[in-house]
Amino acid sequence: MKQSVKECYHVSVMPLPISSLRRQFPILSQHVEGHPLVYLDNAATAQKPLAVLEAMQVYYTRDNANPHRSMHPLAARATAAMEHARETTASFLHAAHPWEIVFTKNATEGINIVMHGFRRDWGKGDTVVLSPLEHHSNIVPWLLLKEERGIDIAWMDIDDEGNPDLASLDRILKTRRVKLVGLTALSNVFGSRPPLEEIITRAHAAGALVLVDAAQAIAHFPVDVAALDCDFLVFSGHKLYGPTGIGVLYGKEAALSALPPLLGGGMMIQHVTREAFTQADIPARFEGGTPPVAEAVGLAAAIAWFRQFAWEDIEAHERSLLALAQQELSAIPGLRFYGPKDPGERYGALCFTVEGIHPHDLTELLGKRGICMRAGHHCAQPLHKQFSLPATTRLSVALYNTEEEIRAVAPAIRDAQRLLAA
Amino acid sequence: MSHTLYAENILEHYRHPHRKGALASPTVTHEEVNASCGDRITLQLTIKEGKVKDAGWEGNGCAISQASMSLLSEELIGMTEDELGNAGPGMIRELLGIDVGPQRIKCALLPLHALKNALRKMKGRPPQGWRETLGDGTA
Repeated sequence: MKQSVKECYHVSVMPLPISSLRRQFPILSQHVEGHPLVYLDNAATAQKPLAVLEAMQVYYTRDNANPHRSMHPLAARATAAMEHARETTASFLHAAHPWEIVFTKNATEGINIVMHGFRRDWGKGDTVVLSPLEHHSNIVPWLLLKEERGIDIAWMDIDDEGNPDLASLDRILKTRRVKLVGLTALSNVFGSRPPLEEIITRAHAAGALVLVDAAQAIAHFPVDVAALDCDFLVFSGHKLYGPTGIGVLYGKEAALSALPPLLGGGMMIQHVTREAFTQADIPARFEGGTPPVAEAVGLAAAIAWFRQFAWEDIEAHERSLLALAQQELSAIPGLRFYGPKDPGERYGALCFTVEGIHPHDLTELLGKRGICMRAGHHCAQPLHKQFSLPATTRLSVALYNTEEEIRAVAPAIRDAQRLLAA
Repeated sequence: MSHTLYAENILEHYRHPHRKGALASPTVTHEEVNASCGDRITLQLTIKEGKVKDAGWEGNGCAISQASMSLLSEELIGMTEDELGNAGPGMIRELLGIDVGPQRIKCALLPLHALKNALRKMKGRPPQGWRETLGDGTA
């Protein structure tokens, strides 16, 4: 979808009920040193609406028990709460079955479960393909496998705007024994959105599995595992307006069933003797130990809350905010941003550098104005290295951000320039 | 926009850093990088008769790390090896004149970290980690 910055900005008439929406996030109404909080670090974590906080409170005050372990009334409720959360998540992802949803601590754990699942079988000559856009959580587990089992890691190319070069992927798929392609659904730095379905089709044609990192994407555009046909997918609840400590690993039934467990303990077994154990079916096999039940309840509440808004409205609102940010920041001398130039192609985040000002200093000064943004490499060192960027500053949006908040950023950057410029 | 962290002396040293540049015949050269943020310092020392005769450095990064290095580079001149060994976070705090806070402490102490590991390199010892450099924050 090609739109000019102006078009993007004016297309949205803000059908989202922003004021009432913001009132559901008490944290947003605070002040920092006299300035209203402007929270623009949503790619790091999102804030939580009252509906989520209340759902967790209700769980602990009414239904708390250890699920799947006892026959008493509270245990029945706790089990129902957790399984309802599983069904809600499955429905949100368009998964075929709720048992294809594993609750983890976060996306990173999910990727490690998959990596660990292949530890015994993969070795020299086996290749995992990654994109340079990847977050460390979808790089380091594969580096661990490389160190331990001698697998190779091959990297597809990306262009200056963060779009994967499919020809480079094809070359790798043709010449190497590719077991898995690991790919983000949305770059947390460039804000670029790889063509997942196309890449998954090519990977499957070459006999490779695909793991999608949807941690960034999940709150910004629809993620449909049936349409994608991916083998595995992960996301973290805290980026979807849910609590920390809950993540989701989706796996196609056959793919997930083939993996051995990571955590050994209670729940993930059938029989245990002194000598041996038999493992449980999916998803229990990957949920050893008492799970984060209240957090799963919180995630379900976040999904239910989130689904009251139409994707059209969410995307239009966030796109118009990012387009406005791009427009305002482009006017600042010495500022350069990265990723798609066309605001119609950007989701979630906008990273930039300002000549002569280190991102640390910039975010420190912006912070004193109540503006929260992230500085550094954003857990994407290989990406920053490829573009010779020691560090960048990142502005990332959520449903509750406003045009007014975006307009506060450029003046604050200009003031920082005045203070720090030689 | 005025700001206690970016006091005049820090800004001055950031804009016009002292002792930036390579030494003719350094006794030791050592680089430290703060991987989490991209701050980088390469420190050079010329040590004669147990005292710092000259100090030079290169680097890039945030105002705090660069200003801290500039301030430290002047302080190092004439210090004995004993005094170098005893140098700690307290010295940096005095030079900067303010408490930078936990978020910027590694920026401020990167030059100290580089100094400590330059000395270790000179003595053929393995580098120390951040926990040692940070210490209990009082030294």
